[in-house]
Amino acid sequence: MKPLDAARERWISLAEKFAAERADDDAWLRDLRAESLARFADQGFPNTKQEEWRYTRVTPMAEVPFQLGCPATTPVTRSAIEDKASPVFACSLYVFVDGRFEPALSALATRTDVHVESLRALDTAIEPPLGSLVDTKQHPFAALSTALLDDGAVLRVPKGAQVTDPLHLVFVATGSREPRATQPRLFIDASENSRVQVIQDFVSLSDDVGLTNGVSEIRVGAGAQVDLVTIQRENAGSFHFSNVSARLGRDARFSHHNLTLGGRLVRNDLEVVLEEEGADCTLNGLFIGAGEQVIDNHTLLDHAVPHGTSRQLYKGILGGRSRGVFRGRVIVRPNAQKTVAYQSNPNLLLTTGARVDSKPQLEIYANDVKCGHGSSIGQLDQDAIFYLRTRALSEPRARQLLTRGFAQQILAALPVAALTEGLNEPLGDRLAEATSSPGSKP
Amino acid sequence: MLEIKDLHASAGGVEILKGIDLKIEAGEVHALMGPNGSGKSTLSNVLAGRPSVEVSRGSVTYLGRDLLAMKPEQRAREGIFLAFQYPVEIPGVTNSYFMKASLNALRRHRGEEELDAIDFLELVRAKMKQVDIDESFLNRAINEGFSGGEKKRNEVLQMALLEPRLAILDETDSGLDIDALRIVAAGVNAMRSPDRAMLIITHYQRLLDYVVPDHVHVLSEGRIARSGGKELALELEERGYGWLEQEPGEAPSPQ
Repeated sequence: MKPLDAARERWISLAEKFAAERADDDAWLRDLRAESLARFADQGFPNTKQEEWRYTRVTPMAEVPFQLGCPATTPVTRSAIEDKASPVFACSLYVFVDGRFEPALSALATRTDVHVESLRALDTAIEPPLGSLVDTKQHPFAALSTALLDDGAVLRVPKGAQVTDPLHLVFVATGSREPRATQPRLFIDASENSRVQVIQDFVSLSDDVGLTNGVSEIRVGAGAQVDLVTIQRENAGSFHFSNVSARLGRDARFSHHNLTLGGRLVRNDLEVVLEEEGADCTLNGLFIGAGEQVIDNHTLLDHAVPHGTSRQLYKGILGGRSRGVFRGRVIVRPNAQKTVAYQSNPNLLLTTGARVDSKPQLEIYANDVKCGHGSSIGQLDQDAIFYLRTRALSEPRARQLLTRGFAQQILAALPVAALTEGLNEPLGDRLAEATSSPGSKP
Repeated sequence: MLEIKDLHASAGGVEILKGIDLKIEAGEVHALMGPNGSGKSTLSNVLAGRPSVEVSRGSVTYLGRDLLAMKPEQRAREGIFLAFQYPVEIPGVTNSYFMKASLNALRRHRGEEELDAIDFLELVRAKMKQVDIDESFLNRAINEGFSGGEKKRNEVLQMALLEPRLAILDETDSGLDIDALRIVAAGVNAMRSPDRAMLIITHYQRLLDYVVPDHVHVLSEGRIARSGGKELALELEERGYGWLEQEPGEAPSPQ
């Protein structure tokens, strides 16, 4: 049997065993898992002959005999988490250890402006239903994640509520010699005219191989605003698959800021549907590759109705022998007149061994729209390096400063000012890794 | 301080400097004039150490050391400063961060203590006043979206901050209106001192009305065609560069 087929069988039996263990869960949840498992079984793991996966082989992940996440055997301390995650602890902190919510490690303010629940603590099905905002027919990893749904954060922002301090969700992988897989779920339902900012932070506490296969479902109601920051800084042995699916209502605003700083094989799928008129979407991304890392970003922006606006800016910095992918699809449906959609993907290659594939894809079926895209792949500007050196800075320092400058645009645009500040050091460390990882210099 | 002997240099495979001899002592201000393409900028690039310019012959001695063997950053740390003709825009790095990093790299080299944010700010504010630069400059990305005049003033600000021993100003006057020119000139004049030398590269006599040089050299086709006092600049202003090529008889007097 081919490795991908063998892996499919293995994961199906894992899911079946999981379902049997969880026979007492609510019917809606069991049904959702069963339906999702069927969808995963239909699709199996993707291979590079499929257009959506042509740049990324998932075989290295499929070959690992993952076990499902279980509570950490060694106790996790708050200080270990603070050490790894961004210091934005003034806001509410929700800690998930190997996929499970840990109230004892969290800093839970009593709040009335937003309902935050652990998925496991939900006593009834929610509306819109969990799993309804993500397309599991087209996304095998999202289907698998849902088939194994265990825990996660469910955020419901009532009508008109203005959540002024960001909610910080930290997903901790403790690691173990037997590689573990977790399926973190985030569900945000922002009702009419509400506003919320959420930080999703993925960290590892060890160097053990792990798999994070997460799904974030977001509904932004009429006139509401959701800002989501995703920081992925897992260890260099981690496989990370993430699906962010958002649906925007009338005059809704959604921004996503996707910082990929860690992992071995990373795949980010983003799907945003502008379902009603006047919606606005910003997708920003920064991905920094080092060593042999593979970071694959796929975005899909679906302008389904008139008067929607969207802008995407994904910046890649690739060092060592790392590989980056940006594939950005924008669909403007036949009646989506007056759409404004821009997309940009500049990339910086730090070594000759690094590589990036950039594929913007505009599919425009309406005639009165303003759309544009651009991508570039380049090296550091020699004139700029020389300029900085004539100001007494060493060549490595000049390169570092220019690389940092390239990333700054994404950092400066983060909706939480404290994050911009707090990420300074981890970002610097990450850039140093990318700059120093082997791969001959251009 | 600086002695250039029989300097030949090429860029992109084309020989541009064809035997330059020039000597600059501490305290002196030299003006280097010449038509477009005569090699003025190539000379400034050789002195600052631009990697793409190749020196094929000759020597440059700076403070008794072989300048050509030094990296650009070493030259800067030893006190050479080049004000660029076209300052480079660097998005994402603020002027203040850059200037502080630069100044502290110099201070480390000199064995001085690095300045913290507060001391740096105090110093840079004082220097900014000298060149009439708005404080908003500090938080803007290096030269990004700056007008031509702002870029040039930013160069003069950096010069004032780094206090070089040998300052090379490459067409710092071009593209400036008369007010900006006066400000730049005042900034340059404020820097004149017995232990500092300056090489002012310019296409026009205009700047030399405000910054009076001790020596004027005319560069033509990669060689110094003529050297003289400040009156040479006036003569050039009146007669243009054409007559130099017609009257090559007068041998350049090495300074």
